[in-house]
Amino acid sequence: MNHVSAIIRRELQSYFATPIAYVFIVIFLVMSGVFAFYFGRLYERGQADLLPFFNYHPWLYLFLVPAVAMRIWSEERNSGNIELLMTLPVKRLTWVVGKFLAAWLFVGLALLLTFPIVISINYLGNPDNGVIIASYLGSFLLAGAFLAIGSCLSAATKNQVIAFILTVVICFLFLLSGFPMVLAFFKLFLPQFMVDVVASTSFLSHYASITKGVLDLGDLGYFALTICIWLYATVLVVEMKKGD
Amino acid sequence: MIECFNLSKDFSDVKAVDDLSFTAHKGQVLGFLGPNGAGKSTTMKMITGFLPPTNGQIKVCGIDLAEDPLAVKNKIGYLPEGAPSYHEMKVGPFLQFIARMRNIPVAQQQGAVDSVVARLNLNHVYYQKIDTLSKGFKRRVGLAQAIIHDPEVLIMDEPTDGLDPNQKHQVRELITTMSKNKTIILSTHILEEVHAVCDRAIIIAKGAIVADNTPTEMESMSRYHHAVSFVADLDTILLNKIKDLDCVRDVTYNARLKETTVFPTQGLFIFDEVSGLLKQQGIQVTSLKMEAGRLDEVFRNITQPAQNQEVQQ
Repeated sequence: MNHVSAIIRRELQSYFATPIAYVFIVIFLVMSGVFAFYFGRLYERGQADLLPFFNYHPWLYLFLVPAVAMRIWSEERNSGNIELLMTLPVKRLTWVVGKFLAAWLFVGLALLLTFPIVISINYLGNPDNGVIIASYLGSFLLAGAFLAIGSCLSAATKNQVIAFILTVVICFLFLLSGFPMVLAFFKLFLPQFMVDVVASTSFLSHYASITKGVLDLGDLGYFALTICIWLYATVLVVEMKKGD
Repeated sequence: MIECFNLSKDFSDVKAVDDLSFTAHKGQVLGFLGPNGAGKSTTMKMITGFLPPTNGQIKVCGIDLAEDPLAVKNKIGYLPEGAPSYHEMKVGPFLQFIARMRNIPVAQQQGAVDSVVARLNLNHVYYQKIDTLSKGFKRRVGLAQAIIHDPEVLIMDEPTDGLDPNQKHQVRELITTMSKNKTIILSTHILEEVHAVCDRAIIIAKGAIVADNTPTEMESMSRYHHAVSFVADLDTILLNKIKDLDCVRDVTYNARLKETTVFPTQGLFIFDEVSGLLKQQGIQVTSLKMEAGRLDEVFRNITQPAQNQEVQQ
């Protein structure tokens, strides 16, 4: 535990020692505002909820989260630091979890900084704040799932650009796996129950049900499981690739 | 103490390390020598638990690496090649981070950091980003990181590479002072370093040990062992006179340095004979010395046959 907190502290310090942190936060805040007000017509639709704001988070994360995740491991491998890390008396899982949590907390911080929109909507009308809190939780979980995928792919390559592109593609597939277009494709050669399995892996459908204010254990469990599986995969990939 | 038994490491179809066995004892500074790509770094990476060996067993302080890697890593301090570190961090916080990861009790962490900072003269750069440091300082930060927990075993991959002569001297002194109660393995290309710090040298070529001696023993394997060199203006007649001495096997003359080297017949001391002859002929000599042997020559003789074979293959 002591190790995990030391890793988190170090990682967060290094985010803020470089411009990455500020660029990410500023772009995230500006873009989430633009999407909510301009495309989502949050103001014009005259309803006191944040649905237009949260609806665009998956698409925003699709490009911003891989940018945070891409450096988690590939930078360590590229700089040769991995040799230092892996010869310290610390378990690999501790490193993987610590680095993931640091990135997740960082994205969480950016998410927290969107609080003015909550204040505004409360000023303008009388929203259901329970739904808003649930939506924030859903958004945070979605970011975590993206980060876990990104962390695994970042461990697989020394090249941050490749890590970024692979992460965007895989996240995109997970987002879309519930769409009729994708399911129709799978229906061509898979039995119905397999198509249902594919449909149930969709980030978007699980996220949508959380943002509607339904805190179903299944949806929460789905994200938790996704994060755990991808982090475990990261541990394996780091072990396989560290010496290359 | 480090024990390696029949260590092998394959990278796809390349054998980087081939059936390597040796034991390094406490209080010993063991030097790894060998051409680039001989398997020195790979061996070190296996001992430190970074790479798993394909075959063989490693024991550090009696603990089997495969059984309890964390316990072994706890006992080892490691300076990887090129001394990697977090470049965006400042020296102080970086060492504090390592101290925490090294399981040093909280109350003693700052003390440990202060102690290595003092020992490696890092006081002036304590608040500086590692990024902005010179190569020598970066290397010293790497060394500080390796010895912060006062490890029983210290493994250093080219610790003095890229340092200026003063810094090299400093690092060597540090290694010598630490060597009393530690087991130290270091790899190097600099042969004078072997003499300066190592009690024992292992020459590795193509993943196998080709020589394992003390540096002095290794020098005695040299053609130059007990040879006499002097700098003076000589003519061919005199050169032939020296060559005709019973105890002389061969003479070489370096025209640029005006240096003559006289090689003795196996195992003989010829210093007195040569100096006597020079005195008798009334030759002005600017320097006259007996050589202990040249490590670089031994190194070439031992490792080059292996390389030539490679070319033939």
